[in-house]
Amino acid sequence: MVWSMSESDEGKHEIEIRIHSRGGQGGVTAAKMLAVAASLEGKYSTAFSIYGAERRGSPTASFTRISNREIRKYSQIRKPDCVIVMDPTIASVVDVTEGLKPGGKLLINVGNNSMDLERFRDYEVYAVDATRVSLRFDLKVAGIPVLNVPMVGAAAKLGIISLDSAKQAILKVLGGGSVVISLARYAGTTALDGTESLPSTLRKNLMAAELAYKETKRLNGSG
Amino acid sequence: MRGMQEEEVFVTGNEAVARAVKLAKPNVIAAYPITPQTEIVEVLARYVESGELKSEYIHVESEHSAMAACIGAASMGARVFTATSSHGFLYMCEMIFWASIARLPIVMANVNRALGPGWNIWADLKDAMSHRDAGWIQFYTASVQEAYDTTLMAFRIAEDRRVMLPTMVNLEGFVLSHVMQPLRLVNEAEYDKFLPPVRIPHALNFERPHTLGTLISPEHNYLVQYDHNRCMRAADDVIAEVEREFERMSGRRYGAVMKYRCDDAETLVIAMGTLAKEAEVACDSLREKGEKIGVLRLRQLRPFPKAFLEEVKRLTAERFIIIDRAYSSGYGGILAEEVKAKLYDLGLKKEVKSIIAGLGGQDVPHEALEKMFMDKRGGEVWFGV
Repeated sequence: MVWSMSESDEGKHEIEIRIHSRGGQGGVTAAKMLAVAASLEGKYSTAFSIYGAERRGSPTASFTRISNREIRKYSQIRKPDCVIVMDPTIASVVDVTEGLKPGGKLLINVGNNSMDLERFRDYEVYAVDATRVSLRFDLKVAGIPVLNVPMVGAAAKLGIISLDSAKQAILKVLGGGSVVISLARYAGTTALDGTESLPSTLRKNLMAAELAYKETKRLNGSG
Repeated sequence: MRGMQEEEVFVTGNEAVARAVKLAKPNVIAAYPITPQTEIVEVLARYVESGELKSEYIHVESEHSAMAACIGAASMGARVFTATSSHGFLYMCEMIFWASIARLPIVMANVNRALGPGWNIWADLKDAMSHRDAGWIQFYTASVQEAYDTTLMAFRIAEDRRVMLPTMVNLEGFVLSHVMQPLRLVNEAEYDKFLPPVRIPHALNFERPHTLGTLISPEHNYLVQYDHNRCMRAADDVIAEVEREFERMSGRRYGAVMKYRCDDAETLVIAMGTLAKEAEVACDSLREKGEKIGVLRLRQLRPFPKAFLEEVKRLTAERFIIIDRAYSSGYGGILAEEVKAKLYDLGLKKEVKSIIAGLGGQDVPHEALEKMFMDKRGGEVWFGV
């Protein structure tokens, strides 16, 4: 399931992800969670964002680079291998597939809108209603459904990271204090049935990630 | 693949610097927030507020006052830290020179940002390069880990009796200050052994009163400057010594210059900061196409490292490409001109190309660098023009 990133295959040893969201939905944190998840799997990773005039509700982009070797690129990601669209309304105002490599992976939160996904047929398209998942577990900040956790869970369907490391990363990023990567603070508590001792908000987030993962469907091609 | 590390966190370049400062336990922190540096002083303020760090945190009304407070505290023998960027940096200009001439081992993180107008918050080295001659030790870092490690070393270097000079750790705005990467932490007890308690020999002392900063005549002023330069030059060896000790503690090795595929290179790219790392990616791609190219990254601009001269003498490359993220208007790329002057000193005639790139946060992808490296024309090239 996990993309192969062999040293000999120069073009493949790196995965570049772009995340589209609106300010307040947790795009930067999603990029961080993906990077931490990859890091937990022993890979190199960086997460960053385009900084400028962000404000609540405006379209923003965040990025994650994952590699088998030290990441030395500090330039922006212009040709991502994977695009994650967190907000269902953003695809109508932003060209979300700009630069996406042919055959690249596209994960869309379709929400409850009927979205024309036919225009994305050149890509491997995955769809999930992350907004519903977020609302079901009441993952709201200032009244806005936070979409990063369900989308990170859904991203595990794409094979970039495993669901287990996605959940560990969610725990580490939301757990408060420092994000300690390899000191297994929550070791053995990643499966849902072992999490009774966790605060209920963390448990809800893990359940949301798992549900979003289960509900993510690949819309075209095989696998 | 990375080996799993015992103590590793996932943080921004800014937080990495703040964590290093926390380990150094400065007596005094005086700072004023400015984008993209703000996170450094915010995190430090949080450490002080929570009691994790027992520093006197002085909230000042400007950067000029921040450096003035640092000077006052260091004059009393305190270990001090501040952080700034861009216009804030320039606002403290007068005090920056004062700190240096007064030989106070202040450590400052500078998050490199362009100067307005028009208003621009993104990476550019002009803030630090405009103070190249201020008499501060200057480091330019290229990863979250390196920003942390260099800050840890900066206190030890600045406070070394043979040096006693303020030290500046530069990290580029956003591209490094806001990028999140895994960071390996240094053990506090080991760092306490690495960094002895601060002792500033000329600090004010009630037992033996003396005056600092009084009027000095032409007969003495030049001696102050002569002595400053002597110690700045001596710092080059001290830095190398400290880096070796740091390696013993952390296992991580740096140097005033860091070489990447240079030994058989016919073309040598010279750069600082993250652009040098991006250049390494371009270098790998060109190597696959049969080009003999390498990257020499300058980590230390002042004192200008002897190690750079030794490498340039030893390496056989005939073509030099120098990347500058700061420009001296009416003259040239600042690093390019420095390197050219050194080549003259060494009696070496090389083909030199100067690339001006990344000004005001201009995005410089490795593909573009690759094209510019392959363009055999010499002289000066502005990326994007």
